[in-house]
Amino acid sequence: MKKELKFKVNGQPYDIFVKPKTLLSEVLRDELGLTGTKRGCNSSSCGACTVMLNGMSVKSCSVLAIQANGAEVVTVEGLAKGNKLSPLQRAFLDHGSYQCGFCTPGMLMSSTALLTENPKPTKEEIREGIDGNICRCTGYNSIIRAVTAVVKGEYKEAK
Amino acid sequence: MIHDFEYFAPKTLKEALALLDKYQDDCKVICGGQSLLVLMRQGLVAPPYMIDIKGISELSYIKDEKDGLKIGAITTHRAIEKSAVIKKKYPLLAKMETRLASIQTRNWGTIGGNVCHGDPAGDPAAVFIALGATFTMTGSKGKRSMPAEDFSLDYFETALEPGELLTEISVPPVPPKTGSAYYKFNVIESDLATASVAATVTLGAGDVCKDIRLALGASAPIPLRPKKAEAILKGKKITDALLKQAGEAAVKEAEPISDIYASEEYRRELIKVLVPRMTREAMDKAKKA
Repeated sequence: MKKELKFKVNGQPYDIFVKPKTLLSEVLRDELGLTGTKRGCNSSSCGACTVMLNGMSVKSCSVLAIQANGAEVVTVEGLAKGNKLSPLQRAFLDHGSYQCGFCTPGMLMSSTALLTENPKPTKEEIREGIDGNICRCTGYNSIIRAVTAVVKGEYKEAK
Repeated sequence: MIHDFEYFAPKTLKEALALLDKYQDDCKVICGGQSLLVLMRQGLVAPPYMIDIKGISELSYIKDEKDGLKIGAITTHRAIEKSAVIKKKYPLLAKMETRLASIQTRNWGTIGGNVCHGDPAGDPAAVFIALGATFTMTGSKGKRSMPAEDFSLDYFETALEPGELLTEISVPPVPPKTGSAYYKFNVIESDLATASVAATVTLGAGDVCKDIRLALGASAPIPLRPKKAEAILKGKKITDALLKQAGEAAVKEAEPISDIYASEEYRRELIKVLVPRMTREAMDKAKKA
């Protein structure tokens, strides 16, 4: 039997009915059409499906959607303000922090969660911050450079 | 493919216990689901009823009391990792958490869920055994407690009876002249242990080993306390020769498996090396304590 799921995604309230077994990644992609959240390994290993749930990064392939009832979810689509990209998004573009691009939404969400918690991470903390995310093109250094640039204040929040 | 189930989200422990009583073996408890959903996706677990205890806020707490540290079962790994009191008084517990899976998993996964999953490769169980922790289970008829080392019975099997919920983990205060160490050997940072060893050493007069607790992870069907290895060191002044003997004794007590990560022989070699190394590290910390 379907259950009611009331939650906010990127500030937008939703009131939908889901089977309790539905995963958060499935609701975001298949019900709400927010396909920025990637389905990679679907087994909690790769981090491509990372979203923020009440301000914390989680792997949306490993959270029951119904557990997000009453919560606020932010996906990669929620990082930009209108057409203005977030500082991390701009830094990723400038530093070429993507190759095939599949891990990028997850990397952006993990880095965003990191900087929300700790605005001045050390290089080691940046590495730890993305260690739950796998980039199979192995472009980690460019990602670390982008996050470092934001930490140094080279990218301001768009007004 | 995850099978359909009927879902309940009790808000209090009392409600949860009533549901557990009603559905017994037909239900499964989910909290963070970081271990359970992996098994469900593989079709290995398919409960008709699911009881979600994530919303039972009375089970989420970290309290530093006179008789030790009390951790509510649904406290997240991340809360333990970041707790100022745990970092100060039980640093090994906080350090273990920083190497458990990934930040995302630690944000949603819970300490109780991890130990109830009963995977002998899990990090917390070995550390709790070395710290002398006690697990408290609650059922509709009341509570009972047992030492951490008695909680696991076999691969993915625990001492929990149908109708019972793990509700609290308590860690006793650290005695004077005591040190603890833990090391997990793995190839990828966020993986489970290939093998792991935890040790706590308490020194007495003349730096004699007054008390010792060892625990092996991913080395047997359960997180194992190698008591014969401990007996070699207890009551003696620890020397390199004794450490070597203890490592060899622990290898004999262990029953590791071969899998894609390592052969049985390789795991035995890891135990032989890590038992002396962690015991020495714990002893060195105890000397400075």
